[in-house]
Parts: sequence; C-alpha cells; structure tokens
Amino acid sequence: MKLHQITLASAAVLALGISGAMAANAPGVTDTEITIGNTNPYSGPASSYSVYGKAIGACWNWVNDNGGINGRKIKWISYDDGYSPPKTKEQIRKLVERDKVAFTFQTLGTPTNSAVHKYMNKKKVPHLFLATGATKWGQPNKYPWTMGWQPNYQTVGAIFGNYILDNTPNAKVAILNQNDDYGKDYVLGMQKAMGDKFDKMVVKRETYESTDPTVDSQIVSLANSGADVFVNISIPKFAAQAIKKMAAIGWKPLHLLNDVSAAIAATYVPAGVENSKGIISVDFYKDPNDPEWANDPETLAWRKWMAKYQPRGDLKNKMNSYAWAVCHTMIAVLKQAGDDLSRENIMKQAANLNQVKVPMLLPGMVVDTSPTDFFPLEQMQMMKFDGERNVRFGPLISAETE
Amino acid sequence: MTVDKMSVGNRIDPATKLKIMNIELPQWRAFMIVAGLALAVILPFIVEGFSVFQLTQVMVYAIAVLGLNLLTGFNGQFSLGHSAFYALGAYTTAIMIDQYEITYYWTIIPAGIICFVGGFLFGLPALRLDGLYLALATFALAVATPQLLRYEHFEGFTGGVQGLDVFKPDSPIESLNPDQWLYFFVLFSGILLIIGAWNLVRGRTGRAMIAIRDNPIAARSMGINTAAYKSLTFGVSGFYTGIAGALGAIVAEFVAPDSFTFFLSVWFLVGMVVGGLASIPAAIMGGFFIVYGQNFSEEVVINLFGDDPSKKALIWVFYGATLIFTVYVVPNGVAGLVRRWVARFAR
Repeated sequence: MKLHQITLASAAVLALGISGAMAANAPGVTDTEITIGNTNPYSGPASSYSVYGKAIGACWNWVNDNGGINGRKIKWISYDDGYSPPKTKEQIRKLVERDKVAFTFQTLGTPTNSAVHKYMNKKKVPHLFLATGATKWGQPNKYPWTMGWQPNYQTVGAIFGNYILDNTPNAKVAILNQNDDYGKDYVLGMQKAMGDKFDKMVVKRETYESTDPTVDSQIVSLANSGADVFVNISIPKFAAQAIKKMAAIGWKPLHLLNDVSAAIAATYVPAGVENSKGIISVDFYKDPNDPEWANDPETLAWRKWMAKYQPRGDLKNKMNSYAWAVCHTMIAVLKQAGDDLSRENIMKQAANLNQVKVPMLLPGMVVDTSPTDFFPLEQMQMMKFDGERNVRFGPLISAETE
Repeated sequence: MTVDKMSVGNRIDPATKLKIMNIELPQWRAFMIVAGLALAVILPFIVEGFSVFQLTQVMVYAIAVLGLNLLTGFNGQFSLGHSAFYALGAYTTAIMIDQYEITYYWTIIPAGIICFVGGFLFGLPALRLDGLYLALATFALAVATPQLLRYEHFEGFTGGVQGLDVFKPDSPIESLNPDQWLYFFVLFSGILLIIGAWNLVRGRTGRAMIAIRDNPIAARSMGINTAAYKSLTFGVSGFYTGIAGALGAIVAEFVAPDSFTFFLSVWFLVGMVVGGLASIPAAIMGGFFIVYGQNFSEEVVINLFGDDPSKKALIWVFYGATLIFTVYVVPNGVAGLVRRWVARFAR
C-alpha cells in the first residue's frame, strides 16, 4: 500500500514536471474555445439554487461578447442533477466522457459533489470551486484535483466561537443547527475554536430537519435553558421562523446568525425588521442592495451586467453577486494559465492564486491559494443588522483552516 | 408441481399455433430472446464507457421495476415505498464493503435477503390495508427512510448525511475494462432474476398471485392463503428491489440519504407503468425509460432552445408532455403495445 502511494506520488510529480515543459491541452480546449462543465439543481427540492447556474451562464455570455479569454470563447454546459447524487454521477460522467469538458466548475451541493469526488480525482479532471462550504474540499494531498471556493462552514463556526470567547466569556450559549453536514460543520468549527470551553458554555443544543414544518418548539426549549447567547445555524426559512418565535416569547439573547441566512429580503423582512434588529452575522461579499455600495464602481459594473445579460434576474438575490465573483475567480485562473490549457496547468494555476482581487468581494478581501492551501477564501467580516441594513464592523477576520 | 406441468404440457394452447409471416409465435419469442441477448453481449464492446455505464444503470433500474411489477402488476398491491427497499439494499452493500471490507459480490445476496425479510415484515401489517391506504403506508416508508439514514445514532454505520463511498471493483478479466465488467456482472444478475421471476409467475405461485389480484374473495374461496401469498410477494418484491439497490450502489460507487428520496419510488412507478403492468420484458423497457426519458427530454430541449440554463425548466415540461402522451397513446405500456400488434398481425 505504502509503495503504491509513493509510486503514485512520484508519478504525479513527474506528470507535473513534464506538463510544465510541454503538455497537450485538455480535452475540450481548441484554439477558439474552452468547454466547461457544471451540474446544478434546476429541478427538485433545491431548485432555488438554479440562480447560480443561470447567472454563471450569463457571466460567460458577457465574457464571450468581450472577446473571450486569451482569444478563446467559453462553452458552458450545465446539466440538471435535481440534487440527487446518482444523477450527478451520471451527468458528470457524461460531461467528462462524452462532452469532453476541460474541467468542471461550481458543481453545486455537498452530497452531490461527494458522489463524484473520487471519480474526478481518479480521472484527474480539475473539479474547481465547488458551490458548497464543506471543509472536505480542501485536501490537496488526498484529493489534488478538487477545490472549494467560499469560506468553509468551519471557518464561520470558528469566527463565532472566537467572538463569544472574546466578548461574552461568561455567557450561556444555546445552539440551533440543521441536522446535516452543513449544520454540523459549523458546530465543529465552533468546537475547535472554543476548545474545552465549548462543553462548559453550551447549555442547550437543538437540531431540526430541513423537512420540518417549523422550529417553534426548538426555540421554546432553547429559551427555557436560560441562555443569553444564541447561535443560529439555519437556512432562511427557519431563521425567519426562529426570529419571529423569539419575539413572540420575549427571548432576547445576543443572536449570532449564520451567513447563509443573513439576507434582508430572504430572512429579516419575513421575520419582521423590528424583531431582527441587533442580529450579528458575517459576510464575505457585497450585498448589492446595501446603500453603502450605491456608487461603488464594482457594484455599478455588476448592475450593468445584470441589466444586459440577466434582464429578468432578481437584483435583490445575492446569489447573483456571488456568481459574478466566483466567475471572475475562474477567469483569473484561465488568464493566468495563458496558452497552456492542460488539465495539470489549470489545476496548478488554481492552486497558485496569489492575492487575486475579484469584484463584489468585501473591500480588502482577496482570493489566495497555494499547493498546500486549497481554501481560496478564508476571510469574513462581522456585521450587525440595524433595522435597515447590515452594518459591517471590525476588521476582516481570517480563520485559517488547517 | 409435476401434475401442473403435465397438464400445461398436454393441453395445446391455441396461441402457439398463431403465425406472423409464417413463423409461429413461440419461435418468434425464442428468436427475440436470442437476438436481445446477443445485442446485450455485443453492445458494451461497440459503445464508449459512458454509454456502458448508462446501460448498466438501465439494468439496475429494470431489476427494481421488475420487483415492483411483481408486487403491483402481478399481485395488485400498490407501493410508493420501493425507494426504501432500494436504499436498504444499497446501504447493506455499502456498509458491508466499507466497514467490513467484504468483496462486493458477496454482498448482493445478503442485501437481497435483508430486503426480503424487510419486505415480508412490512407486508404483514400491510395485509389490512388496501389500494390507496397501502399506497399511503408505503409512502410513509419512503419519506422516513432518508431521515433514518441521517439519524445521528446510526452515523457510525451509515456515514450520516455524508454517505459512504463504495469501492468500485476492478475487472478480473484483463480484456474487459471496469465499466464493461460491471455491465456483465449486472447483466448476469439480471438474467438470473428474470428467469426466477418468469418461473415464479408461470407456476402455481404465480397463478395464486394473479388470482388474488383479480379477485381476492374468489381466490380465498378457492383455498388460496391470501395472507401468506400477499406478504410473501411483498418479501420477494423487496428481494428484487434490494438487489437492484445493492447493484446500484456498486455502479454509483456512493450512497447518501439524498440518493433515496421519495422521487426514486416515483421513477420506479413511472418505469413500471410506461413499460407495462404484469409483464417481465416490460421491466427492461421501464429501466430504459427511467434512464433515457430524462436525458432524451434534456437533449430535445437543448436542440430546440439551445443550452441556455434559463431554459432548463422546459425539460420537465417536455418530460411531462411525453409522459401524458405515452399514457394516452400507449395505455398499457410498451408491453401492451406489443401485445396489440401481435394480436393484429398474428393469424
């Protein structure tokens, strides 16, 4: 087994060395075109995420209308997987083996990407910038062909953990989390940051299933624990329910809400802006609806793009600004790769992004990777809802994940 | 049993004398089976890896549809819960491979047996339920399964929401690549199961099953133990679907709760109805429809409207239209269509 690994590793080193000198371009790359594959749920329970696939498609249209990248246009093939892992497997194999894509980009979902994690690495196809915050996408030793993009869930959990230790060291903490990898990854990040204080400070923990009708009973039980800090790890629908219920029963702890739900239109308005005042969260990219960015050149450019390429897209939906940022990260990689568009070089450049600036990220934030650091974004900034908007405060916080 | 066979053998079935183009029907059937088998053996050598993978999936779904068809088509019991048996089979295999490092081919039969027991036990209380009520009870099974697989205290076994990786077998025969090997492995299992089902429904058990479907009261007054047959059929149906799940896990190399949602049950149902009720070859047609129905809709929409992601919603509109068209034009499924053609041309 050991010998086998050594052989593999040396083969990989050799392959990289040779590719540096001269390697054939990846399948799907011609003198005029680069074919990129993607899977995204356009149907089924997670179809609200279809915004990502559409917005990135619109971004490539914009790239192509402006001459492409190094003279090559982008061909974007995005298939529906309905958020079902076996279907993802089928669609990814179709993309790699039949459509002969150069690589895949922004494939969405944790269970869905898990189903193709091994396959992509066995086939040595770059599996880039996945649309999921799970921590397992950053293992360059074990999975050198897979890389996530957004700050991973453990990072955010760690930021909350550190915030609690710094600001309310004697607090009693209550946690609500969705009972899946996303919810558990956050809690794990908190646990790592707080160490043995985690067990001492957390007085109550409740979970919910994404299929539950409400979280009312969980909120009542958490309130009864007497906690004065509430860490809320839930998706917008349940976050809004929680905020409403808390107001109804008069529970007013320090409320830390995960970034997934810190959206005014999706969470605070349905929950009531009065009830939502004072909620603390984190973010890493610009909310185009925030008046702070009204005259920001990046946001104006984004609006121009939206108006021309997504005239019916929802300007209030933050997924559209996320898509713009991640698309520009991919553009940066392809520009950096120049004319050597072998799979090895594309992956090498993705793992060699040196302080790259990408539009729509918060000021000061950069994309940064290295052959040993497969976490492109590891900074966030805290913010507090003042009844009208999320006001950012404090410096950019980095939480390096080991 | 021997008496049964004799009486069938001695009686001359008038249908066997019918001819199409001067060839008797049984000969046609034999020819079709041989041609189908030959095609099945040649295909993986002429199409590329991805198509072999798709064809393997077709057979996996065909086995699951066959399991459902034994229950619904031949025995008249409804089930919206077959995704649960499929999941049980898939997880049995995945856990045996992942946790106990058992070679994949030893896991198929245990997965089937566990699902047989599961199906039989579920079939017992289901005896009191008929038609829509049974559909509802099995629906509950399908909805509960993904949640149970996520349950914290089973995580050590099931891998929780993260699911389990299943090691893909290498081909023991040098000239076959892993995709082709897996194809033949599934094909071989499928043929065994089809022969089993064929023997089951043509024998006295099968007649009892069909009698219960057609008129349970008459069947009981003839001395058929309806309770035993109904729950046994549930067990056998679970066995087939469980084996399909086990094979499906090996083909997909991965299991997770999201792989086995209620929708999977619906796909089985769609495959069964489009293929045709109470017919064994129909299950293969059903498998084809499950895999290629969606892909076909996707291709058509991409060809008509371009591959702009904003047109993706049309895929399901087109799929829905195809389904409605199929149900109206081919009301008894593909098998029904074939039967009608035979009836028209045979003389």
